Amino acid sequence: MKRVVLIPLFALALCGLVWAQGTLSINAAGATFPYPIYSKWFDVYHKAHSNIEINYQSIGSGGGIKQVTEGTVDFGASDGPMNDDQIKEFTQKHGFGILHFPTVLGAAVPAYNIPGVTATLNFTPAALAGIFLGKITKWNDPAIAGENKGVNLPANDIIVVHRADGSGTTYCWTDYLSKVSEEWKSKVGTGTSVRWPVGLGGKGNEGVMGVIKEQPNAVGYVELIYAIQNHTPYGNVQNSSGVFVKASLAGVSAAAAGAAKHMPDDFRVSITNAPGKDVYPISTFTWLLIPQKISDSAKRAAITGFLKWMITDGQQYCEALAYAKLPKEVAAKELKAISKVQ
Amino acid sequence: MSGRLRWRKFVSGFMLAMTGVCALVTVSVLFFVLGDLVVHGGTSINWNFFTKLPAPVGETGGGMANAIVGSAKLLLLASLIGVPIGFLGGVYLAEFSGSTAAFIVRYAGDLLNGVPSIVIGIFAYAMLVLPFKHFSTIAGSFALGLMMVPIILRSTEEFLNGVPRALREGSMALGASKWKTIQAVVIPAAYRGILTAILLAFARVAGETAPLLFTALGNRYWSHGWNEPTASLPVVIYTYALSPYDDWHRQAWAAGLVLLGLILVINIVARAILSRGISVPRS
Amino acid sequence: MTPSAGPIVGSRSFLSRLREGDEIAHLITFLFAASVVLVTLLLVFVLWQQSVLPRHKFGFAFFFTRVWDPISEDFGALPFIYGTIVTTVVALLISVPLGLGAAIFLAELAPQRISDTLQFFIDLLAAVPSVIYGLLGIFIVVPLMRTVIEPALKDTLGFLPFFQGPAYGVGFLTAGIVLAIMIVPYIISVSREILLAVPREQREAALALGSTRWESTWKVVIPFARTGIMGSIFLAMARALGETMAVAMVIGNTPTISASLFSPGYSIAAVIANEFTEATGDLYLQALVELGLVLFILTFILNGVARLLIVLTTQKGSRTAQV
Repeated sequence: MKRVVLIPLFALALCGLVWAQGTLSINAAGATFPYPIYSKWFDVYHKAHSNIEINYQSIGSGGGIKQVTEGTVDFGASDGPMNDDQIKEFTQKHGFGILHFPTVLGAAVPAYNIPGVTATLNFTPAALAGIFLGKITKWNDPAIAGENKGVNLPANDIIVVHRADGSGTTYCWTDYLSKVSEEWKSKVGTGTSVRWPVGLGGKGNEGVMGVIKEQPNAVGYVELIYAIQNHTPYGNVQNSSGVFVKASLAGVSAAAAGAAKHMPDDFRVSITNAPGKDVYPISTFTWLLIPQKISDSAKRAAITGFLKWMITDGQQYCEALAYAKLPKEVAAKELKAISKVQ
Repeated sequence: MSGRLRWRKFVSGFMLAMTGVCALVTVSVLFFVLGDLVVHGGTSINWNFFTKLPAPVGETGGGMANAIVGSAKLLLLASLIGVPIGFLGGVYLAEFSGSTAAFIVRYAGDLLNGVPSIVIGIFAYAMLVLPFKHFSTIAGSFALGLMMVPIILRSTEEFLNGVPRALREGSMALGASKWKTIQAVVIPAAYRGILTAILLAFARVAGETAPLLFTALGNRYWSHGWNEPTASLPVVIYTYALSPYDDWHRQAWAAGLVLLGLILVINIVARAILSRGISVPRS
Repeated sequence: MTPSAGPIVGSRSFLSRLREGDEIAHLITFLFAASVVLVTLLLVFVLWQQSVLPRHKFGFAFFFTRVWDPISEDFGALPFIYGTIVTTVVALLISVPLGLGAAIFLAELAPQRISDTLQFFIDLLAAVPSVIYGLLGIFIVVPLMRTVIEPALKDTLGFLPFFQGPAYGVGFLTAGIVLAIMIVPYIISVSREILLAVPREQREAALALGSTRWESTWKVVIPFARTGIMGSIFLAMARALGETMAVAMVIGNTPTISASLFSPGYSIAAVIANEFTEATGDLYLQALVELGLVLFILTFILNGVARLLIVLTTQKGSRTAQV
């Protein structure tokens, strides 16, 4: 009997000791939108600083905001900036504020899986709003076919896919739809988790992409890199100047150019439907949510060190993964802002 | 034979054959499940799978080493929580308790057994994640251990009660105290059944995913010590299955095969132990 | 020492019992047993306390509201209750005939050896974890549903409101089918025990009166065991209600109420799994906890009724046999 008890206890102690040496583990959670670039960054950073492990869990922007507010993770990530109520909640809970640090720029694209259609479709703002409101139900609806002459669109039912979890990608998408459609604005609104009129839910960008791939006649919104990595066609979106733009680094950077010059101190800004001929209208910054005070000095050093690296060296990895780099003005402003983290 | 009788006999034969079909269909599902896992997952089980950590998103070549170790740690700690409580509680029920106390404890155990695993996850989150501001292996193990308790509790009581009176009386007649009797005679006589219950409880929680979603969360690296979030096989299977990456799908199949293989082996071993009968060890 | 007819207690002094560890053993085992009770009470308390905000704000209207809107903080449980019930009903409609049939075969027809072997495999089936069923659900069942089964149902039974609408592959029907596979082993195991407990005299009497094997089973044995079989069904229902992972992976994750079984939906357990870690704001999180409380109460009631029914049948069996 004694042996039966002693062996597991010994194993327990062993597990506790063996790996507890020297490694600094930092926990983060949040947006799935930038997950590909974040996982690359944390991996590269870990290889350069082998004692620092940043464990990032891609649970959605809503999760990032929630868990950093609860204090169960060291920092969060979100592509929908925290609104004033959420910031107030954080400040009340912790006694200090929370800072937003933009990391990259990305695009939310309408990815689709229509049997027999490999062409890039043109979507007007009205078409997108209509599809996601459930008003436009068939692929060969004139609102879509009108801009896509020459493409053989089937008379199939459109299957809308949206996020089932709290998502910054949703925030970006609904922010855009609210700007271009009064009906959307009044019926549904902007947020990380909205009441979708129609559609299937997928968990995370990964989940939505998974559903689109499996479901013929589906259309959903995902971050650009997910559509590219999964070889899924995505459409051109008509910007405020009337031009149909395909999501690209140039289009996203153009969207940010105006905002970069007038970046507010807290870095919270919306760049959807920005004016300009080359602008891709459904673009967004994505932010890391860093508490203003980090009491553990080793963690603070590691996090601020990472931020510095991310703004400077880290940016070289963005373009390979279809994210646009931070505009120079924003990067410079951020470097100065790192000192705010106490 | 009249026509009516012939018809009744036909119906009888037909319906009974249908029941055989039902039984066959049900059992064949098991082999279908196993077969699918082998076909889709068998080819992805390679050295990388067992030894490497996950690769960055979209890149191939990663593995599940941390999830395997994470699951092992979670289950180890869960057993250390669930087994003593279930076992000693069962001893109390069988040997020491009066009937009211026994009723209350048994009822609580049955209640706990019926709680859906996601609700146990909520409980563990409220008790061990929120106050300590940490997702952790401990919180996950607490949830899993809690799920093991009712199974072990009920079985321990049942098997201890099954030990014949004569054994107890004989021991007492030789001058042993009650506790000594329990320790040296009754428990060893019932150990097969109790061991089976422990193994079955272990196998049951090995596959649980829901309670881990907001207790142990997940980890792309090794989880150090007991206070950090950890990857686990069931959660990784869930995450990878929902993703759009083919490499992750293959890994999910492989992990499913490993997990199911482990659970089935434990189940088979447990039942084999029990079927060899309850015997008193010669000492 | 004189042998006694009651429980075995040594008639020794307190000190000697203490020295030999009896009292300590009693105390320690009591503490562990008590901890089971305490933890269970604590669990119920936590569920109640952590759902106070939505209970005060919505009251009973929570159960009848269709809306689940985190932005306007308007929460209603109806879509999830609907989804949970519909998938469970579909699962039962499939698994009860299948399970009962198999149980009859195992209890009445099959020779002992085959019955035991098949029961062994069925017990193994019960041990397969939910996430594995989910895995198979996503990659095998869903495409099958979307390409073969749902279109076939639409063509043949499409006039019924249950089989209308686009064939997504995911949805109530698929979740119900996956659930059915998961609960069938429970129905078989318990029903088989119940059927085996029916006294032989019942069958023999029926056969003596000239009934066929099937007639004796269907018209005599099963009605006799009816309560217990109901118990097994309630037990399986309770299990289906709490099933999380497999359902979350194939139900479509949309809080919709629709007559069509092809429609995507949501269950209580699935929405908690998907939204718990990200519910910003206390009301949102507590609304999810309240859903957990609802689930807990439902399974509690079902389990209680199930156990009652099963006990009643086994008692009836033993009483009748004594006649």
